[in-house]
Amino acid sequence: MTGRDDRLPAGLDRPTSAPVRPTRRGMRQKTAASWLLLLLGVAYFALPLVGTLIFSLRAQPMASAWTDMLNDPQVWSTLGYSFVIGVITIIVSVVLLVPTAFWVRLRLPRLRPLVEFVTLLPFVVPPIVLVFGLITTFSRPPLPLTGTNFGSDVLLVCAYVILSLPYMYRSVDAGLRTIDIRTLTEACQSLGAGWITILWRVILPNLRVSILSGAFLTLAIVVGEFTIANFLARPMFATYLQQISGNLAYQPAAVALMSFGITWGAMGVIALIGRGSQAKVEIGGAH
Amino acid sequence: MSYLTLTGIQKQFPGGVVAVADFNLAMEKGEFVSFLGPSGCGKTTTLRMIAGFEQPTTGRVELDGMDITDRPPNRRNVGMVFQAYALFPNMRVADNIGFGLRVRGRDRAFIARRVGELLELIGLPGKGDRYPWQMSGGQQQRVALARALAFEPQVLLLDEPLSALDAKIRVSLRAEIRTIQRQLGITTVYVTHDQEEALSLSDRIVVMSEGRIEQIGTPFEIYNFPRTPFVARFVGTLNVLTARVIDATAGRLDVGGQEMRATGAVGAIAGSTVSLALRPEILAMGDGEPDEVRLRGTVDEVTFLGAVVRIRIRLPGDAGVASVDTFNNPHLAVPARESAVTFSFPSEACLVLDGAGRDAVAAAESAI
Repeated sequence: MTGRDDRLPAGLDRPTSAPVRPTRRGMRQKTAASWLLLLLGVAYFALPLVGTLIFSLRAQPMASAWTDMLNDPQVWSTLGYSFVIGVITIIVSVVLLVPTAFWVRLRLPRLRPLVEFVTLLPFVVPPIVLVFGLITTFSRPPLPLTGTNFGSDVLLVCAYVILSLPYMYRSVDAGLRTIDIRTLTEACQSLGAGWITILWRVILPNLRVSILSGAFLTLAIVVGEFTIANFLARPMFATYLQQISGNLAYQPAAVALMSFGITWGAMGVIALIGRGSQAKVEIGGAH
Repeated sequence: MSYLTLTGIQKQFPGGVVAVADFNLAMEKGEFVSFLGPSGCGKTTTLRMIAGFEQPTTGRVELDGMDITDRPPNRRNVGMVFQAYALFPNMRVADNIGFGLRVRGRDRAFIARRVGELLELIGLPGKGDRYPWQMSGGQQQRVALARALAFEPQVLLLDEPLSALDAKIRVSLRAEIRTIQRQLGITTVYVTHDQEEALSLSDRIVVMSEGRIEQIGTPFEIYNFPRTPFVARFVGTLNVLTARVIDATAGRLDVGGQEMRATGAVGAIAGSTVSLALRPEILAMGDGEPDEVRLRGTVDEVTFLGAVVRIRIRLPGDAGVASVDTFNNPHLAVPARESAVTFSFPSEACLVLDGAGRDAVAAAESAI
């Protein structure tokens, strides 16, 4: 017994080139390189934050910057105001964009490029130009909104809806792509449902993760936005941050880190809520 | 008076594509009708026009005497089961089934009771709390069926509901669908490209091709008396042999150098080529009855399929190949390859097609 396969012609019982097998040493090197890259990436983002934290702790007594800010009622009032404006912006965006994106996908697919172009316009128009346009238009009849706090709040929300348009629309559109909206819509219609029922009971719940993604991006934009809030003279968190940074040294660092923490906490909530939901959407038979 | 009527239905899409042309059908209450045909023949488009998802270019859809052609789909009281199940992923099974009832404003107690009944009917009692993604494909399709039946629609539409399932589940589920349909007596339209499904489930079958109806009939009629070459080829297996016309009036044909007589006149001129369409089960090995047609050939291939033995016989010249299915008999030797054999069939059981693939008999009749 030669161990050779006698069915094969001579010379063909051995492969022409030996298969390459990864060695243990090679695999260890690959893993080490991956970890190194990850650490470098983390360091790139974390080091400035660590530096800011160290700086904020330099106030004497130590951590007094933090206690001062936590005890400052303006921190909470401006943060609360920013969150309220953010939530209203999110609601208006969802009410405006979800039906739009749904209808465009369902009935007007040829308009998608145009709609996508419109949603990209906020990237082109600087916030300073946007706010001056709003002030110029709405400081005189027939809609003199800048004269009252409520009117200015309305303008602020409208401006933030425009600013967050690219993020919210893309999140919603990405979510719509993962579900077969045409078949789900027809299933709803065959069961007697009208458009509002379809959107409220079926489409919106299946876009939960996408809407939350867009919502928290919107919230991050709103909480951190300064230009529009400043020119409309609204008591947003960013304007407060700018105000105290002119007078205090360590406290702005503490406030900035606090806002980071709140934003990351919000992102963590998305990850928790979204975990497992995507699998349900894809396996649920809608495809 | 018929319960569901489609009159002069035509659907033309932008660009001039005619998906459905001159579709006419009258269905009785409680009838199970299948639309059968290859992909692109217009069967799903017709179904969608009944459901209201497509508007006919011309024609009317009437349900129980009411013209519903222009009614939106959510006001037609027609239940639909989709190929891709289309269950709502955000809702549990019970909520999916009860959705139609909730939309109609029924109270919770009624919905709960009805959902329970339907879960029993589809063989999934106690599974109302699961989500669709926790169920198999067959279970999901049963839930989709229950959801479509929950609000007691006047008509049930099924658009290839079993195509996404594996073969074994398909067979068991189609039997369940038919049992449920009979039990409830609901008028049903079933779209499929699978002839076995259509033949086994339906009271009547509408065979479609290129947007037109080829034939409407019971499964027995469609299979045994196909009216067009398309129906003959599409439904069941068919042997097609090439023959030369010797005498058109007498129906004498030359098949591979062997003379045979077709039943009646053949609508083609002498010397021209026609096709003979023969079902495998009408062919028998051996000489057969004295009045049957006998043809000789050479065994090309013998395939043992368990209960059936399929013998492929090559006829002389360019006459072609015939497949004969015989029941397996361990006491009878199967013919060897390359051996000379004879097979027979009743002459009235063969369909003569002219060179263009049309029924030569029907072509002759229409030319008179």
